[in-house]
Amino acid sequence: MIKHLLSAADLDAQHATLVLDTAAELAAVSGREVKKLPTLRGRTVVNLFYEDSTRTRISFEAAAKRLSADVINFSAKGSSVSKGESLKDTALTLQAMGADAVVVRHPASGAPHRLASWVDGSVVNAGDGTHEHPTQALLDAYTMRSRLGRVAGLHVAIVGDVLHSRVARSNVLLLTTLGAKVTVVGPPTLIPVDVGPALSPDLRVSYDLDAVLPDVDVVMMLRVQRERMNDSFFPSTREYARRYGLDATRMRRLPEHAIVMHPGPMVRGMEITPEVADSARSTIVEQVANGVSVRMAVLYLLLGGK
Amino acid sequence: MAYPQAASSSTTSGSPPTVKVILTETDLQRVVDRIAHQILEKTDGADGTVLLGIPTRGVPLARRLAARIAAFESVDVPVGVLDVTLYRDDLRLKATRAIGPTDLPPGGIDGRRVILVDDVLFSGRTVRAALDALSDLGRPSSVQLAVIVDRGHRELPIRADYVGKNIPTARTEIVKVTLAETDGIDEVKLLGEETGTK
Repeated sequence: MIKHLLSAADLDAQHATLVLDTAAELAAVSGREVKKLPTLRGRTVVNLFYEDSTRTRISFEAAAKRLSADVINFSAKGSSVSKGESLKDTALTLQAMGADAVVVRHPASGAPHRLASWVDGSVVNAGDGTHEHPTQALLDAYTMRSRLGRVAGLHVAIVGDVLHSRVARSNVLLLTTLGAKVTVVGPPTLIPVDVGPALSPDLRVSYDLDAVLPDVDVVMMLRVQRERMNDSFFPSTREYARRYGLDATRMRRLPEHAIVMHPGPMVRGMEITPEVADSARSTIVEQVANGVSVRMAVLYLLLGGK
Repeated sequence: MAYPQAASSSTTSGSPPTVKVILTETDLQRVVDRIAHQILEKTDGADGTVLLGIPTRGVPLARRLAARIAAFESVDVPVGVLDVTLYRDDLRLKATRAIGPTDLPPGGIDGRRVILVDDVLFSGRTVRAALDALSDLGRPSSVQLAVIVDRGHRELPIRADYVGKNIPTARTEIVKVTLAETDGIDEVKLLGEETGTK
C-alpha cells in the first residue's frame, strides 16, 4: 500500500480495487450495534481544514473514530493560522504532537504535497483548491459498484463546472484507471482547454448534455463553484440551468438503469432540480454513507500495517 | 512509496527443511468425525449451537464439522465466518493485511453457544482476537474452541475444548494444515529444520 493519498493517480487498478473491497467489508460495521473497531487504537489522526466543509470533515472524523483512532480537529478559523502562522509551522506543530495521519483540506492546489514532505505521518488529501479530492472519487466509484455491480465498462458523464472541480479531476483519473469510459460535459468556458490529453487520452468532451444522456450509465452533476469564479463564465444562472441543469424532463432521456450522482453540497434549482435530487435514481444520500466506509478503508490501509 | 513486505522465508540456517506428515487424509477425516461426536456429546445434541470458522482454514473445517454432525444425528448446526483481522494485536508488526468477510448465520449469536473453529492453536492470540470480535457482535451464552492441531507454546491463558491432535513442537517448526477446499489436498505436516542446526 502507498504511504500518502494525495492524488487519485497514486492508485493503480489493483490498489483502488483493494480500497473498494476493504470498504465493502467495513460497511458491515455500520450496520452493527457496536459500530466500533479497536484497529487503530492509540493512533492519532488530525483533521486539518483550511476551508469550510461539513460532510468531508465529519465523514473523516466518523471513520477515524469507528477505528478507535484519536481525532484532533483543527480548523483555520479560531487557530494560530488566523494569527498568521504558515502551513509549514502548523505542520511542524502537528509533527511534534505525533500525528500518525493528517487529513488536509486547503484552498491552494498542491498544499497536501508540500505537507507530505514536512511530516513523518501519512497525508490524506481531502480536497486541495481546484486540484484533487481522491477520497470523493473512491466513494463515487464505490457507490457505482454497489448500485450497478461494476465500474469497468460503465459510461460516466461528469457534468458542469469541470474547470473548478477537484471532484471531476480525481474522478476522471480514478474511473479511467478502473476501466470506465468518461465524458465531461459543460459550457466551453467551464471545461479546461486540452483536458483530455492532460488527464487521460480516452477522456471525451461534449458541450451538449442532451446528446450524451441517452448513452450513459452514470451522470454526475457538479456544483457551480461561485466562490472560485472571478470572471463571468456564463450569461445567467437561468441560462446555465436551462442548458446544463438536470431536471425531470432531461432525466427521462437517461437509460432505465442509469443513476444520478452529486458530490454535494448541491444547489437545488441550479445544476439539479429537487425532483431529480430526491428521485429513486439519485444516490446522493448513499454517497454520504459510503463516504464513511471508504474513508475507514483508506485510514486502515494507510495506518493499519507496519 | 511501498511498504516492505513481511519476510516469508522460515528457513534461515541453510539446511534443507525436514517434512513429516502427521495426519493423512484418512486421519484427518477420523479426527473431524471424532470432534463432531465430541461436540454432540458435550453440548447434549448441539441444540442452540453455532459454529464459527476463523479464516482461512477454520471456515471449511466448520462446514465439515456441521456436515458430520448433520450426518450423525440429523441436527442442522448453523455455520458462520468470523474474520478477526481488525482485532489482531500484531497489525503494526506486519504489512497491512486484507480484511475478509464476517458472516454470521441468520439469528446471530445472542444467547447461543458459539464454537470457534480453527486449524492450529499456537500462541492463542488469534483466539483472543476472535473473543474480542465476538463481544462486539453479540452476547453468546458460552464460547468454546475446536482446533485440529494444538502445537503448544501458548502466550495467553487460552485452551481448546476440542483438540484433533496434540503435537509437541519446537518454536521454529511450522505446522501446516492443508485442506482440499483451500489447498487441494487434506494433510497435516510438520516442517522443521535438520537437527543440530539451531
